[in-house]
Amino acid sequence: MGLMSTILRLGRIAEHAPEPPTRVALDVGSRTSLHVRHVDAGSCNGCEIELTGCFSPVYDAERYGIRLVASPRHADALLVTGVVTRNLADALRTTVDATPEPRAVVAVGDCACDGGVFSGAYGVVGPVSSVVPPDVEVRGCPPHPAEIIAGLRSVTGR
Amino acid sequence: MTGAGVAGAAVQVAAVGAGAPLLVGWMRQVRALLEGRIGSGVLQPYRDLRKLARKQSIVPEGSTVVFATAPAFIAATMLVVAATVPTVTVASPMDGVGDLFVVVGLLLIATVALILAALDTGTPFGGMGASRETTIAALVEPAILVAVFALSIRANSSNLAAIVTATAHRPGDVLTPAGALAFAALVVVIAAETGRLPIDNPATHLELTMVHEAMVLEYSGHRLALVEWGASMRLAVLVGLLANLYLPIGIAGAHAGAAGLVVGVGAIAAKTALLAGALAAGEVFVAKVRMFRVPELLAGSFLLGLLAVTAAYFIAPRGA
Repeated sequence: MGLMSTILRLGRIAEHAPEPPTRVALDVGSRTSLHVRHVDAGSCNGCEIELTGCFSPVYDAERYGIRLVASPRHADALLVTGVVTRNLADALRTTVDATPEPRAVVAVGDCACDGGVFSGAYGVVGPVSSVVPPDVEVRGCPPHPAEIIAGLRSVTGR
Repeated sequence: MTGAGVAGAAVQVAAVGAGAPLLVGWMRQVRALLEGRIGSGVLQPYRDLRKLARKQSIVPEGSTVVFATAPAFIAATMLVVAATVPTVTVASPMDGVGDLFVVVGLLLIATVALILAALDTGTPFGGMGASRETTIAALVEPAILVAVFALSIRANSSNLAAIVTATAHRPGDVLTPAGALAFAALVVVIAAETGRLPIDNPATHLELTMVHEAMVLEYSGHRLALVEWGASMRLAVLVGLLANLYLPIGIAGAHAGAAGLVVGVGAIAAKTALLAGALAAGEVFVAKVRMFRVPELLAGSFLLGLLAVTAAYFIAPRGA
């Protein structure tokens, strides 16, 4: 059993949990559980790779009650990455409408926050704020997984 | 029907209803620890359900009463199953209908309700999930019937309480080739029936691989909470039934007092936790099989069940 011996040898991989960040003035219905739907509005997939890292054993976002879900209907927060392109502006609006209240919108990455390197490009509507006002912004190109997790934790305060 | 039986059934429903989310949390926690993570704690499903109950429940445009009522229907069916299946007591007043075929039928009713609700939304993923679930259900139900039928031959009854009572009197009887074959068949069938690996991945967020998740994509708020609660009760009941079919230690009889019921709850909680922990640990080592391979896996399970029935007739336990 190669996998079993690896599991026993490695033990716990998760890094030490940092202190919970200050909670933003926002209620999503719970302070212990946050289900997140990821929306790629036109990202270069740099943020997606870091997002994958958030749920890896090293950062283990699940320990703060954060889970990625399959549908905006199940979500408490929408995590939007990338600059909003013309093709996906409507999709983003529809996704926000499909998310039950109370909900939060988290913009992750410089592109989502202010357009980043793509601001002013011809196929671009603008940052997330030009379609829906974000409640939390996580800066960086791409942001570090720990920063993304800190942004998500600031919604629940857990 | 005895007073102890009525109390036992009430305790049974309460234990399954209240304990099922804990079982889901426990299985997630086992997986998290084996993956080197810390996990969200065994109580996280309760936090999720409480949050969902408080949130807005959106009903998609164009959906009908089927979509709106299916979650309550599923949860209610599961509570009836919880009252019927001998988990805490063998003397439930539902004993008259506590037949193998009735229980499998009730589980199928809940499955069909969710399939219809998924079709009702008219979304492509709902239809896809419904079609997959129908394929799996059609293969799972005969396999579960045949596997438990192999165990029922000994008891001369397809009543689940009678099978469990027979095993409680003669615990060695399940350690036969028939018992072992039926156990292997039941493990596969329970994994399929509760939407777990290797048939379905409960943690997936990739639409193209989903079965159960694809059907509930449109649910939100308290309706989603009911669907999730129903799914966790299905898991708890099936794992509890498997545990009691093979190891009915501590189950309360027809004349058990309050102490007997407490022992019954403790025993089933310990057995279920152990078995579910083993199932969750096993999941770490397997990958989801392709959808087209699922019928092969379930046909294999059916074959094991059939062999178990044959073996039960030909290789009778000593002294039977």
